[in-house]
Amino acid sequence: MSSGADIYHEMIVDYSRNPVNFGEIEDHDVTFHDANPLCGDSIDIDMKIDDQKVSDIKFHGKGCAICMACTSVLTEIAKGKSLDEIKNIDKSDVLSELGLEHLQAVRIKCALLSLKVLKGALYTYLGSHLENTDAIDKLKAEAENLY
Amino acid sequence: MQSTESSFENLRKDFPILTRTVRDNKPLVYLDNASTTQKPNQVIDAITDYYQNHNANIHRAVYALAEESTEAYENARDKIANFVNIKNRQELIFVRGTTEAINLVAYAWGRPHINEGDIIVTTEYEHHSNIVPWQLLTQEKHAKLEYIGMDDNGELILDDLDKYLATGKVKLVTFSLMSNVLGTITDAKKIIEKCKAAGVPTLVDGAQAVPHMKVDLDTLGCDFFAFSGHKMLAPTGVGILWVRKSVLQTMSPFHGGGDMIREVHKYETTWNDLPYKFEAGTPNIADVIGFGAAIDYLTKIGMDNVRQHEIELTKYAMEKFSKIPGLQVYGTKDISKRGGVISFNFADVHPHDVADIIDKEGISLRSGHHCAQVLMERLNVAATSRASFYIYNTKDDIDALIDSLNKVAKVFKL
Repeated sequence: MSSGADIYHEMIVDYSRNPVNFGEIEDHDVTFHDANPLCGDSIDIDMKIDDQKVSDIKFHGKGCAICMACTSVLTEIAKGKSLDEIKNIDKSDVLSELGLEHLQAVRIKCALLSLKVLKGALYTYLGSHLENTDAIDKLKAEAENLY
Repeated sequence: MQSTESSFENLRKDFPILTRTVRDNKPLVYLDNASTTQKPNQVIDAITDYYQNHNANIHRAVYALAEESTEAYENARDKIANFVNIKNRQELIFVRGTTEAINLVAYAWGRPHINEGDIIVTTEYEHHSNIVPWQLLTQEKHAKLEYIGMDDNGELILDDLDKYLATGKVKLVTFSLMSNVLGTITDAKKIIEKCKAAGVPTLVDGAQAVPHMKVDLDTLGCDFFAFSGHKMLAPTGVGILWVRKSVLQTMSPFHGGGDMIREVHKYETTWNDLPYKFEAGTPNIADVIGFGAAIDYLTKIGMDNVRQHEIELTKYAMEKFSKIPGLQVYGTKDISKRGGVISFNFADVHPHDVADIIDKEGISLRSGHHCAQVLMERLNVAATSRASFYIYNTKDDIDALIDSLNKVAKVFKL
């Protein structure tokens, strides 16, 4: 269990001050939005998809330091990855990058909102490009129950 | 009781929770009283005594226990009526809390009285519980919901009210007596005067006001008034709806069931007398009795002393806050116009991060939108941090908060 202010280490504070891939992609191929009703974190992710790969990704919105840092890291992980690889990104990939594996339950939503949004964006994109909508709906439901 | 700091300091021994430590053995500093307050032994003991010695259902049986529990329950009604100067106990309905009280009015008064094209007026600084029930009602009835705006000082712009009243379509004006975010004390007298002149009924949400200042419903002049027990030392799950009798008589029941009936036949029912017509089912007997004990406790202190104590704390906190660079306090700086609630933002640090860091110092501070997203939009912020005081808080608590904010500044290199 992370205790004390140690979750607010240098990297988190830096990322929250200077988020990476922050902004909008005007000619995005897909965009997705979600928010945490309890704390007010609100994130949009825009993606550009070329040859079944994420050629560009940006995010905008408001959130606490944990949310902003995790979203930055997630966009760095996702950039250049194939859609299959995006599908397989796991929560531990994001949390371990920032040493947040033992985050308290109340803060896990802050850390994982962006992953939920990324998966939402992916399945929205796949849903509009693939025939098998049942499978997409199942994936969407999985993403919605991420935390 | 003397309104001195030392006598308030003495109250702390009545609150067992205040002796515990949290996190790494830090003394608990509880500053989320606008959300809910801690409970004194007197309230906890009253509930325990009820279950240990008197538990039985009320208004039904003739045996000794039932007589005792009914008497204790109805005694609490009288204590609460007396506390806010309700002259007719038939007008005081027990509900779960302010939220249920407002929903009861929206359902049992609103549905028969609101029609297409009518206007219900609320304000920009309402809690969601005084917005959403009216959204549901106006959507169902194709009526309109309008808002009295708020100025940059956190006070209502009453010209907006005049504008809506002039349409002749307003059927209800509803507002909180004290904002749960900014602490602004609403000029209720003026609003009610204007509404009365226009023949429009008023609902007052007293959830934040009744725990912290003297409220007199006999002179206030509104038609509906709601408040909660748990924000004034009583247990959760019990609150009050007061409705002027002439209005209450025009209302259909809210919930159907036991205790609210006079006679039930296969296809028709006649209603019980007021207020029982609106209290269907077995009520929250133990917690109503606990509420009565809380009223005794506050009466002993005196509500003018409670208000004075909170003015002292608010003044002290506002002065300390003003010396912290980058700390922005929302709402009026005029202490006489605000209760012991201070919302703020600290530089560019998200309130969630502020609350998390100072929690490690033992301080319970609220962060978020405080169930007032309409107000957050008006302030153009996603969230705020909020400190709110009660009778057991001290200047030491505020000093501890200030110290912990210095830790936030350090972590975020402010």
